[in-house]
Amino acid sequence: MVDRFTPRDQKDVAAAVEWALAGGKTLEIVGGGSKREIGRAAQWDLTLDLSGLSGVTLYEPEELVLSAKAGTPLAEIEELVASRDQELAFEPMDYGPVLGRSMGRGTLGGALATNLSGPRRIKAGAARDHFLGVSAVSGRAEVFKSGGRVVKNVTGYDLCKLLAGSWGTLAAMTEVTIKVLPRAPAEESLLVLGLDDRNAVAAMAAAVGSSSDVSGAAHLPANIAARMLGAAAAGSAITAFRLEGVPPSIAQRKAMLERLLEPDGVMLTIGEAGSRALWQAVRDATAFAATDGAGRPLWRVSTAPTLGPQVAAEIAAEVEADLFYDWAGGLIWIALPPLEDAGAALVRGAVRSAGGHATLVRAPASVRAAIDVFEPQPEALAALTRRVKESFDPKRILGPGRMYAGV
Amino acid sequence: MPVTMPAPDAGLVSRRDEIVAGLRAIVPGEGVIASEPEMRPYESDGLTAYRQLPMVVVLPSTTDQAAQVLRYCHERGIKVVPRGAGTSLSGGALPLADGVLLGMAKFNRILDIDFDNRAVVAQPGVTNLGITEAVEHAGFYYAPDPSSQIACTIGGNVAENSGGVHCLKYGMTANNLLGLEMVLISGDIIRLGGKHLDSDGYDLLGLMTGSEGLLGVITEITVRILKRPQTARAVLIGFASSEAAGDCVAKIIGAGIIPGGMEMMDGPAIRATEEFVHAGYPLDVEALLIVELDGPQAEVDHLLERVSAIAQGCGAANLRVSNSEQERLTFWAGRKAAFPAVGRISPDYYCMDGTIPRGKLPLVLARMREMSASYGLRVANVFHAGDGNLHPLILYDANTPGELERAEAFGADILKLCVEVGGVLTGEHGVGVEKRDLMPEMFNEIDLAQQQRVKCAFDDQGLLNPGKVFPTLHRCAELGRMHVRGGRLPFPDIPRF
Ligand SMILES: Cc1cc2nc3c(=O)[nH]c(=O)nc-3n(C[C@H](O)[C@H](O)[C@H](O)COP(=O)(O)OP(=O)(O)OC[C@H]3O[C@@H](n4cnc5c(N)ncnc54)[C@H](O)[C@@H]3O)c2cc1C
Repeated sequence: MVDRFTPRDQKDVAAAVEWALAGGKTLEIVGGGSKREIGRAAQWDLTLDLSGLSGVTLYEPEELVLSAKAGTPLAEIEELVASRDQELAFEPMDYGPVLGRSMGRGTLGGALATNLSGPRRIKAGAARDHFLGVSAVSGRAEVFKSGGRVVKNVTGYDLCKLLAGSWGTLAAMTEVTIKVLPRAPAEESLLVLGLDDRNAVAAMAAAVGSSSDVSGAAHLPANIAARMLGAAAAGSAITAFRLEGVPPSIAQRKAMLERLLEPDGVMLTIGEAGSRALWQAVRDATAFAATDGAGRPLWRVSTAPTLGPQVAAEIAAEVEADLFYDWAGGLIWIALPPLEDAGAALVRGAVRSAGGHATLVRAPASVRAAIDVFEPQPEALAALTRRVKESFDPKRILGPGRMYAGV
Repeated sequence: MPVTMPAPDAGLVSRRDEIVAGLRAIVPGEGVIASEPEMRPYESDGLTAYRQLPMVVVLPSTTDQAAQVLRYCHERGIKVVPRGAGTSLSGGALPLADGVLLGMAKFNRILDIDFDNRAVVAQPGVTNLGITEAVEHAGFYYAPDPSSQIACTIGGNVAENSGGVHCLKYGMTANNLLGLEMVLISGDIIRLGGKHLDSDGYDLLGLMTGSEGLLGVITEITVRILKRPQTARAVLIGFASSEAAGDCVAKIIGAGIIPGGMEMMDGPAIRATEEFVHAGYPLDVEALLIVELDGPQAEVDHLLERVSAIAQGCGAANLRVSNSEQERLTFWAGRKAAFPAVGRISPDYYCMDGTIPRGKLPLVLARMREMSASYGLRVANVFHAGDGNLHPLILYDANTPGELERAEAFGADILKLCVEVGGVLTGEHGVGVEKRDLMPEMFNEIDLAQQQRVKCAFDDQGLLNPGKVFPTLHRCAELGRMHVRGGRLPFPDIPRF
């Protein structure tokens, strides 16, 4: 039994999809396989492994663009652009720690297909905001392209946006073009100690609403702060603000922030190395690494920043929840005890009243087979989602059921 | 060659009175406009070479009315063209003789200003500048700033994914949009996003941005607002050649500096604007850069020094740094008035909007000069230099027989050239009717069919804004057909195990 295709080029990919189409087989598209356990636990006939499509095909630092085959390891790309003092500004998180895998297994195609981002999301956007062009094979086994290789383009529908965050259910991307940006020459973080969730979110709103141009704002309650920073947290909750830029700018903005946050309490500054480590830990939610707490159900909630504490309080009133906030309060990572529905009823209820969406990032396969992993959609939107799926993949052979049943 | 629109359906046109009455039952009073003189203002948008009176104009004032109008049209196979302020430069809002023109002007309220979440919820007919004006008392602004911002609507901005001079650093509309409410042609009301980040499910919010009124009618919009940077200063740099100016732009970005704005003008544009607004532009240079740095004072000063050093290294002929807010605004006044300034030296002008990889600028400008000579038409260039978005303005006189056609042919050649050097047909103005027939320069039939299948997912009968964006209209049933070949693996040598 053939259970895995490892195509070498786009032609192979099209041939594999065509074969699957003819035989009525379903395909799971994987790059490095680093996020395979995210999504509904459905069964697919075969794996279409795109890791063989690898290599940067164009990199023009002065044009701010990079093209690569979809299976190119993200680590390779990040290293290449760093050599020219550039970066992927969307700061793609690495799901390795929370899924109990080694780090650095993600591919560029995978980062785009799952619309990764990180703490800098509040300033620089997510993968979708940096996705300029694509060549892909649809579920009709047709090779199509969208977008281009320039940073500004509105020619035709932006199908890149649709493919970003489609989790391999619309098309197999074979080559992609992204925007790259200069990396800040320096960074520092300012920490405020001892705030409760509400005061922390108010402080974060003040900071991101000021001209101090913070590129990260996270709040770590005391237990999480201890886990992430150890003794340095001194047993307190920590509200962290990241400043990136040229040194004279950082100094001035730090002074601005200190004045703004002064009434909030004790502050301390951490330098470059500590700051980098802190924000990587926030980005990858290492406080909830799979090794810790034996893989409790883990939720990722996006809501209006000021409503973050309300959502958290509603959940924490019912069960013992461990959580922290990123995106100035708008992103909440929540680990729950091993409830039968992974806490879905509770989390979804809290998110519904605030607005936003919740994704069950980690749970046993049996749970992920039984409940919605992504936010359920109202009927008109769900019907539109099905029609969009069918416009790319009418026979539903690409990862059917991974995002929603029947899609 | 002028673009032709789909032939009107005589059957529908003959039922006009009945349709007008049906629409009046949904939108009472002055919300339905059916007399010719009153419909006249709607016959074209910013692409004035194309004009067409609609069958009827409808101006709903609530989402519910908009939904009923769309459902009414869907049930009867009536085409609908959405319209904001009608400033589109690509003919996106051009009416159809057998279609309803759905004007969103009455959706003109700001619904919610939420400084803590840095979000504004507005109806689509609010002007782009209206959003900034609503929040500037608290030091906030909405970043995308098309030059048409006093007139264009935020709904039109979403439909076109509009940009402005600050979008290299702050993004286009798509990057500043948080949520929307829209009505499909079926009358279904859909809400996407909100004050939170990222959509759940497919990124339909991203897809809607730049969809040119072909997928749904936008009835509410949530955008991100930003705090004004503490300071902004601009530097005006003249060069003897556009090659040197282009080189300077590349070196600034290569040095890791992303300015708040970086605009270029060529000789003819500089002279036309200087004569018009007296911004103090040097007249003895062939290219002028305006580079604006914004942020905290210390950062701006630091970067200005570096930009000035880079410019000197590139052989700048002259260089002036703004020393007051007044002076900075004067620097910009010229650039912002570039279109009307060119309008003064020529009876008509035709504004193009291609994007190119910036490195190809010298080549493209040289080829444009050759074309200008062979077409016998002058061209002035303004250029969003940071992101490679060109705005060549072709000067012509519509009263001289054949000149409009020549200007259009010249424009098409410029856009083909943009694609040839690795660029695209449009950076921010949209395809509309104007560039519709050039789409095959960039996309093959399969690419275009895939886009149209997405359209079918939203609009099964092709009733929303037909005749725009796609050069050939296909029925959804035809697009959906699939020819599955044999059950064999056509390439049996794909590695597998
Ligand atoms: C002098 C001048 C300068 C300009 N400068 C710039 C610039 O710097 N940058 C830039 O990007 N553009 C610029 N433009 C182009 C234009 O202003 C933008 O495209 C603008 O976003 C159009 O907005 P509008 O409200 O006028 O839309 P309209 O012209 O009315 O419509 C544009 C398109 O949007 C659709 N549409 C409008 N409202 C809705 C809605 N509510 N729901 C669904 N679809 C809708 C229409 O069907 C049409 O396809 C300029 C235009 C002019 C005349």
